[in-house]
Amino acid sequence: MRHLLSTAELSRDESILLLDTAAQMAATQSRQIKKLPTLRGRTVVNLFFEDSTRTRISFETAAKRLSADVINFSAKGSSVSKGESLKDTALTLHAMGADAVVVRHWASGAPYQLAHAGWLDAAVLNAGDGTHMHPTQALLDAFTIRRHLGGPDGGLRGGGTDDGVGADLAGLKVAIVGDVLHSRVARANVRLLHTLGAEVTLVSPPTLLPVGVETWPCRTSYDLDATLADRQPDAVMMLRVQRERMSGGAGGFFPSPLEYTRYYGLDARRLALLPEHAIVMHPGPMNRGLEISAEAADSERAVIVEQVANGVAVRMAALYLLLSGEEQPPAAPPVTQPGTQPGTVEGTPR
Amino acid sequence: MHSGTGMPGTPDHPAGRIDDAADGADGTVVLGESDVARALTRIAHEIVERSKGVTDVVLLGIPTRGVTLAARLAQRLAAIDPAFDPAGDVGELDVTMYRDDLRRQPTRAVGITRLPEAGIEGKTVVLVDDVLFSGRTIRAALDALGDLGRPRAVRLAALVDRGHRELPIRPDFVGKNLPTSTSERVRVRLSEVDGGEDAVVISGRGEEGAR
Repeated sequence: MRHLLSTAELSRDESILLLDTAAQMAATQSRQIKKLPTLRGRTVVNLFFEDSTRTRISFETAAKRLSADVINFSAKGSSVSKGESLKDTALTLHAMGADAVVVRHWASGAPYQLAHAGWLDAAVLNAGDGTHMHPTQALLDAFTIRRHLGGPDGGLRGGGTDDGVGADLAGLKVAIVGDVLHSRVARANVRLLHTLGAEVTLVSPPTLLPVGVETWPCRTSYDLDATLADRQPDAVMMLRVQRERMSGGAGGFFPSPLEYTRYYGLDARRLALLPEHAIVMHPGPMNRGLEISAEAADSERAVIVEQVANGVAVRMAALYLLLSGEEQPPAAPPVTQPGTQPGTVEGTPR
Repeated sequence: MHSGTGMPGTPDHPAGRIDDAADGADGTVVLGESDVARALTRIAHEIVERSKGVTDVVLLGIPTRGVTLAARLAQRLAAIDPAFDPAGDVGELDVTMYRDDLRRQPTRAVGITRLPEAGIEGKTVVLVDDVLFSGRTIRAALDALGDLGRPRAVRLAALVDRGHRELPIRPDFVGKNLPTSTSERVRVRLSEVDGGEDAVVISGRGEEGAR
């Protein structure tokens, strides 16, 4: 693995290695001294072109727990607001000797461009790009599902203690409910959970299912009640209604927030339809009262806070697996055009 | 994991068992099953003697084969002094994340670290590894221990000491001192991990340096 850009390109073995490594990382996080010297002297840049609280803090925590140096860069208050291009930003990062770049961008495909354009020789981790992918979120969701329900003895909910290490998610049923159209979390999860053997059902109003969803490796439904009652999912993942991506308030995707809640919100009544062991997930931030009621969000089946904690372990695993290992010679020397790269003289590595 | 892999020029093969099988044919067996058993029994007695009993003694095996050896030593310690709990006073210590050669080797999988429930605070910790070579694994283990607590003393038991230390580290308990050249490979095969009979095998004798 050189970059972590999309869950579609992860094999089953790679995914399980990531989850198993995350399990070991999680074990170190219950110690008194949580810091490991593993990535001492490496530099991780958090490059955030879009607002984020938990993902950025989570990546920052993960990098610091592995002793890497962290540079935070957000588009607000940087040269990007003066009109700097992604390429020039990348060349600046290269000149500063970044070993890994964690990038969140409003444009789908920006991390791919950063990884493959030859501007940088750092490992690129996608922290969410547009409506495309959010691989570490999907990995932490899979990790959380596996911890609770996976493995031969059924994880924590089955009375197991081994966190399902080594296991995949074969046979588990997962319902992903809500705004699939705008959700990179849903896209990333559909691919990863399918790779790991789980059966995914997307539940969404017709207006919020993307065109071409029939080619995805999952089922779809317009009816939440029927899905919960008939499919009996082991895990229900509620998606945030991304109103900032819907132009003009509710934007005509659904008639009113109240109607959305009636049809697609998770409340106490729908919670009761679920099997005993089922868990409730949400990638956050939650719109309480819209896609999830306070009762559901605070019930003991909800693992939403744990998802955040697992996020640190999963990101530690991703950083470890991308940054340790043999130093690969850079595939192609980064394009250095004299004059376009600030700080070339003193900043070029080696 | 082989303790000698910190040495540049002896790359660690993740598929070690295949290599073992291949090398088993032309390698020289220097210790057989009964030799290994006798060495472990002697080490167990030395641990008891050195610590004047088994009170507060904790065995920590370094994966992979160190863990197996620690379990076997624990059985012997319990046989010598029933006060030793062969389940509760044994743990495993993964040092992967403390290694100094992470950037020189292919990515290693992170192993399990499991400490005895009573912890290691104030205990006499005996680190157990199969082959002592450059000493870099033990350096990493000492760093890992430092993050987990403050033992009263740390001692080192190795089944084989093959020399070529790169750090000022010496073992307290050694099963067998094996003079080797750096181009040779020393492998410990244990029935629990590798199947077949226990053996210590040297291979690569007479070959040009692996470098």
